[in-house]
Amino acid sequence: MRYLPLTDADRSAMLNVIGAPSIDALFVDVPDGLHLDGPIAGLPLHASEMAVEKHMRRLSKKNLAAADAAFFCGAGAYRHHVPATVDHVIQRGEFLTAYTPYQPEIAQGTLQMLFEFQSQVARLYGCAVANASMYDGSTACWEAVAMAGRVTKRDRVVLSGALHPHYAETIRTMAKFTADEIADALPSIQGAPDIEGLIARIDDTTSCVVVQYPDILGRVFDLAPIAEAAHAKGALLIAVNTEPVALGAIRSPGEMGADIVVGEGQSIGVGLQFGGPYLGLFAVRDPKHVRQMPGRLCGETVDAEGKRGFVLTLSTREQHIRREKATSNICTNSGLCALAFTVHLTLLGEAGLRRLAAENHRLACLAADCLAQVPGVTVLNDAFFNEFTVMLPVDARTVVRTLADRKILAGVSLGRLFPGVEALSKGLVIAVTETTTEEDIEILCSALKEVLA
Amino acid sequence: MNAPNKSGWRPALNLDRRGGAGTATGNKALMLEEPLIFEIGTFETTGVDLPDVPDDFVGGANRLGGLARSTPIGLPGLSEPETVRHYTRLSRQNYAIDLGLFPLGSCTMKHNPRLNEKVARMPGFLDVHPLQPVDTVRGALEVINELAFWLIELTGMHGVAMTPKAGAHGELCGILCIRAALEAKGDAREVILVPESAHGTNPATAAFAGYRVENIPATSEGRVDLEALKARLGPDVAGVMITNPNTCGLFERDMKAISDAVHAVGGYVYCDGANFNAIVGRVRPGDLGVDAMHINLHKTFSTPHGGGGPGSGPVVLSEALSPYGPLPFTARRADGTVDLIEEENAGAEHPHTFGRMSAFHGQMGMFTRALAYILSHGADGLRQVSGDAVLNANYLLRSLDDVLDAPFGHSGPCMHEALFSDKEFAGGLSTLDLAKGMIDEGFHPMTMYFPLVVHGAMLVEPTETESKAGLDQLIVALRSLAERARAGDETLKNAPIHAPRRRLDETLAARKPVLAWSEPEVPGGPPTRSEQGGA
Repeated sequence: MRYLPLTDADRSAMLNVIGAPSIDALFVDVPDGLHLDGPIAGLPLHASEMAVEKHMRRLSKKNLAAADAAFFCGAGAYRHHVPATVDHVIQRGEFLTAYTPYQPEIAQGTLQMLFEFQSQVARLYGCAVANASMYDGSTACWEAVAMAGRVTKRDRVVLSGALHPHYAETIRTMAKFTADEIADALPSIQGAPDIEGLIARIDDTTSCVVVQYPDILGRVFDLAPIAEAAHAKGALLIAVNTEPVALGAIRSPGEMGADIVVGEGQSIGVGLQFGGPYLGLFAVRDPKHVRQMPGRLCGETVDAEGKRGFVLTLSTREQHIRREKATSNICTNSGLCALAFTVHLTLLGEAGLRRLAAENHRLACLAADCLAQVPGVTVLNDAFFNEFTVMLPVDARTVVRTLADRKILAGVSLGRLFPGVEALSKGLVIAVTETTTEEDIEILCSALKEVLA
Repeated sequence: MNAPNKSGWRPALNLDRRGGAGTATGNKALMLEEPLIFEIGTFETTGVDLPDVPDDFVGGANRLGGLARSTPIGLPGLSEPETVRHYTRLSRQNYAIDLGLFPLGSCTMKHNPRLNEKVARMPGFLDVHPLQPVDTVRGALEVINELAFWLIELTGMHGVAMTPKAGAHGELCGILCIRAALEAKGDAREVILVPESAHGTNPATAAFAGYRVENIPATSEGRVDLEALKARLGPDVAGVMITNPNTCGLFERDMKAISDAVHAVGGYVYCDGANFNAIVGRVRPGDLGVDAMHINLHKTFSTPHGGGGPGSGPVVLSEALSPYGPLPFTARRADGTVDLIEEENAGAEHPHTFGRMSAFHGQMGMFTRALAYILSHGADGLRQVSGDAVLNANYLLRSLDDVLDAPFGHSGPCMHEALFSDKEFAGGLSTLDLAKGMIDEGFHPMTMYFPLVVHGAMLVEPTETESKAGLDQLIVALRSLAERARAGDETLKNAPIHAPRRRLDETLAARKPVLAWSEPEVPGGPPTRSEQGGA
């Protein structure tokens, strides 16, 4: 077998050293009767590289790749162009086949990269400190809620109705087991989110308010009034961002007073990959909250010769030291995705990110204007970045399925996101990025015209 | 540099801090020092060609609701050649499996086949959105379903939750299933029992799920003390979390009896499957009475560790726990098509689910890699995987146990990892010193000081992808280091001396945390946007 270097001669020489008659004899502690005597019956045997590749290619061909369609899906995962350099760097064996930098003397590559990553994320979010990443945006969001409970010693969580429903669902699942009380609502179908309604739900027992920015309908709005209201009641504001490219164009959540900023980093450097692995971003505005943060942190220090170096630090928060008293049970980060993010953001730089954001916004405005001309279609948003919601005269799920047959992936229907909520069933969330062409927009608008006629 | 640093920042790394031994740059031939991007990039540089559209949102027409960013972000950019060089230089300061033996116990650092990378990048897998209509992603759902089939068959379990994003997330999934199953019976319980030798994630997970954690004692053999466990079991115990093979590298030979005893009092058995690599194809956890077990795809099934993730931790479930598993999951229909069961259709098909643990459908990029690996090995190859992994570990154990104390060497063959202690070291030398000595010998150190039940523990896991010649070289290095440690050779305390860095001051890092770059103080205050010569 091509991945196993031992020869039969090696095996018998080694068994001699051990003093065992066979490899099977090494499994002597497995109880009789439970030991499998040979390969499990009914399962295929080993296959060549060529055969496996062929099988996997056949499966991959059953999917409609975004590049082969007019593509408008977003809602927490965005299709951006990833420069070839990014994939080259993350496939270097020294990054790909390394592990958690437990031995910093021979892991400075990963550690320095993580320090750069943390610094980039903190700046993008308008925060003081970011960690070395979490599994994804939704789990980072839950961890932020758990952290707010530790900081405020309260257990009532107020969720904005326009938080990504998968994120809200993740929080609800965890809250069932931690006795946190969740106050939530459905998104209001209006041009702007119902900030006053949200603020009215904050009281003296609230640990945190969780608000997505831009929200699940793509709406952009000022977080400052929510931050003020939360702080006045002693609660924290958790801002959730699922499209980091937006922060090249709009104000950062930290700047507007969010205490914990979390989000999905997939947009920068990480492909769509059917939803994972992605990259959870986690940052705090006030450095005094650092010791309540979950996850790995990389910090600067010096070595025995006084040379600058980096290490994993403040690990007394973590499970391998604190066990049941840890701030989280998380034992990993999303290292390789963090590397992809950092390489892509280094290639972009401030100037590139702003230009990328400008191009996204320009095309999104173009698409919104074009769709507004389609009879029966209304654009909901007063303000947006690269994603907005349109209301159709019919169930949006049906329209999405019909258009998919024409190789148009028209967006994500609110029916898919909020199943069973009649009031939302005609909504369609449409994302437009630099990968969208003006021709794609034309194709979508004219197909919609036909389907709705 | 192809653009001047107009920001006015001074690099924090000046030449004397780089401390080059005799070179003006601090570099030593192929060992190259590399500054931070913040020290070499500028706000104006970009390595990406983008349309020249106005990016002045503040002044221009936009629909950003008056929230256009008016202050700089502070993100340095590099050109493409500089970026490639920067990260290539950084990469060379890393040890990796591709470079050599990486015997980090419990982490299973095995070869990562490049076929898996190729497969994961097929456009039909890489360039597919998680919320596309189901009819456009049947192939992706088939991958998940096919991998699920293999995991169920290899473990002899009833079902599998594919969405957990890493081992610890899988543990949480399993414990939440147990909790949901108990609550469905109106049987709230308070305690999870965990052996002292367990991974820290076990007690952390149980606590996160609202349980109180109590320790299970071990025997002098290094296994769970069955009688002590039985004595503690009662109606308040929700379950046990047992690692099998355990972190001392031993198979829990009483596992079936443990499961029976726990089931007898109405509790459930969680098995930490971090070490499944040792037994895949040899024994099925389902036959040992396990109710839930996570499988680290990045360990047993060789998806890349990536410098610390991303992982993937599907959880196989017994018939008793399967109804409570999380959403979403896949189901193969009578006509062979594979469907996605999510919130919308769960009501009819999976009414008892405890809910969703994360967005979307799990670590698809890891599923494609793991499936390619499993298909490559097949049922016969996977059995050889565990066989060779265990053979390699026993070969190390018996080639070293005369110079390194093996606290459970008397307990029979080890599984995939060999455990040693620092008992015979002299002159105040420690496990840390020996580990740092391994760095100078060109190896990644073993896992140090874990499990906690052994003083100065050294947990060595060679994996099945190492050749005999490679192991023999490791044995030579470890024997030499062990002799030095037993002789109290003080010079080991200075190790490593040949790595890119000497020992790092971790106390300083924790006492005065510097967790993000900040511009050094510049006379006259920080530069303003205009002074940076902005666009």
